[in-house]
Amino acid sequence: MTKAFRPDVDAPEWKGGYAPYDILKEGTIALVVVALLTIALALIFSSPDEHAVTIKSWSNATPVDFAQTALSELNGTSGTAQYGAPYNTASEGQKLGPLALAKWAGARIPVNTVRDFVIDPLRALPDQPPLTQGLATWRSASDATRTNWVAHYTKAASQMTYANGQVVVSTTNAGPVPLFINDLTMMARSGALDQALVTQHGFYTTDYTKPLLFLSDGSYLKNLAQKDHLLGTQWGMMNETGSYPGQAWLWLYTFWYQVTPFSTSANADVQVWGLMMLLSVILLFVPFIPGLRSIPRKSRVYRLIWREHYRNL
Amino acid sequence: MTTEIDRQWTTRLRRRAEGKLPPEKLLPDTQPSYVSSWIYVFGVTTMAALCMVIATGCVLAIFGPQWWHTSSVGHFVNSLHLWAVEIFFFAMVIHLWGKFFMASWRGGRTLTWMTGVVTFLASIAAGFTGYASQSNFDSQWITTQAKDGINASGAGSFFNVLNLGQMLMWHIVLLPLVAVLLTVLHVLMVRVKGVVPPFSDETTEVAR
Amino acid sequence: MHWFNTVGALINLDHPGHFLHWHFIEVSVANAVVMIVMVATFVVALLAPFPGRRSRKENR
Repeated sequence: MTKAFRPDVDAPEWKGGYAPYDILKEGTIALVVVALLTIALALIFSSPDEHAVTIKSWSNATPVDFAQTALSELNGTSGTAQYGAPYNTASEGQKLGPLALAKWAGARIPVNTVRDFVIDPLRALPDQPPLTQGLATWRSASDATRTNWVAHYTKAASQMTYANGQVVVSTTNAGPVPLFINDLTMMARSGALDQALVTQHGFYTTDYTKPLLFLSDGSYLKNLAQKDHLLGTQWGMMNETGSYPGQAWLWLYTFWYQVTPFSTSANADVQVWGLMMLLSVILLFVPFIPGLRSIPRKSRVYRLIWREHYRNL
Repeated sequence: MTTEIDRQWTTRLRRRAEGKLPPEKLLPDTQPSYVSSWIYVFGVTTMAALCMVIATGCVLAIFGPQWWHTSSVGHFVNSLHLWAVEIFFFAMVIHLWGKFFMASWRGGRTLTWMTGVVTFLASIAAGFTGYASQSNFDSQWITTQAKDGINASGAGSFFNVLNLGQMLMWHIVLLPLVAVLLTVLHVLMVRVKGVVPPFSDETTEVAR
Repeated sequence: MHWFNTVGALINLDHPGHFLHWHFIEVSVANAVVMIVMVATFVVALLAPFPGRRSRKENR
């Protein structure tokens, strides 16, 4: 018994003619054309390479933004401090409906912003008696005392200024916190913090998780990105620094971030991710999906592609 | 009667391969006459661009990840790499559109379609890890943004986009391996099944 | 070696980009050019006559 012919699934057997075709020649021509085109485009347009931002360049350009970010790492209000998995357990993280995917995967890349971004780097500074004293005071203080110091400093820090090489915040009862913020800012401006953040696990590293998280907690990096139209709200995912074309193939991924409900959702990242996974699976299974798989036949674009064939029938 | 040689794994594999893909199918010298449109050149163009991407990537690998920041020759090779990637995606997407409108999954070619789609997705991942491995402002911004999407999916606990070493290894070892293997598989499937024939056209048949 | 520097970019793209806005849609001119060229290439590939396939009746 033969099954009925399904035009969107089955293909008719070809009983027509064949024409000479040199597959190797075609491949060679394609390679030569693409090579020449690549060389031409590279010569004409070059490629972008904007220098990386350093914590040194950030804290020298905008010392107050740096010091405020350092404070946010200490008082637990920074993006990283409140992130949740994979860095800590400070929040549930984003959820896809009932699914807390990030939380389930766990905090496998632990980052403690107080210890990793403030206290440990300061401890690496040698021969600074006041700082050594301040760190000792901090270590012996109770959690409640520390919280109290940080709270007092935070309250006054809205009036923070930077003058004569010092972070200036008029506060009392803040314990060693003013010293920490000031010394960390000095350390950052010297370039030493860049090093301290990457070398916490020894001399060699290829892991920039900590300095990148610290950088992205400030507003300096974001302001630079905004100038280049790289923000998520600017369709930035598909844009590139300068006037170069970017990852234009991400247009659909970045599109969802611009429209409701995603543009206003606290779970936009995981929702858009989930949606794109779903759409990718749909693309993968197009041959099995009734309706979708009929679009080619019904759109009749194929009449253009095979117009000679149909003309000769 | 089957001999010991007939039963060997090696013999069986060879015979199976010969049956599925005889030399005249693997390297054909003719094509069905309906294969007559410029739309057919974008598959081979994609492969040619992939060759350029890999070749220029190998030159960048020879001199190491810092080279292109400090050498004008290195920067030029980086430009070649970038533009080869742009051509690669350009050609691959047009190839995808073309194959969609030909419904090229028909006639037992479903796996050819599916390997193509997976190659496309793997290429996007390869492109992304490349952008993440640039070690410049672009990669700083891209990784600190992309981490939120990847972390939210749970994958971030294992695939840390802020870890340059990990991203570089995915970019120059794992994902190229996946992309090339899938491409080879995809092309072999095309050779086994041949290019999809046109829709049979009842209206024309009747009119004749 | 230095000719790469001088010939490095005949058209310098290392300057702030231009962007097209239409309602909520925002696209860089560079990306728009790439996408327009892509769609145009697709259309041309569909419409342009393909040379050299003369022998449609030729059987093997």
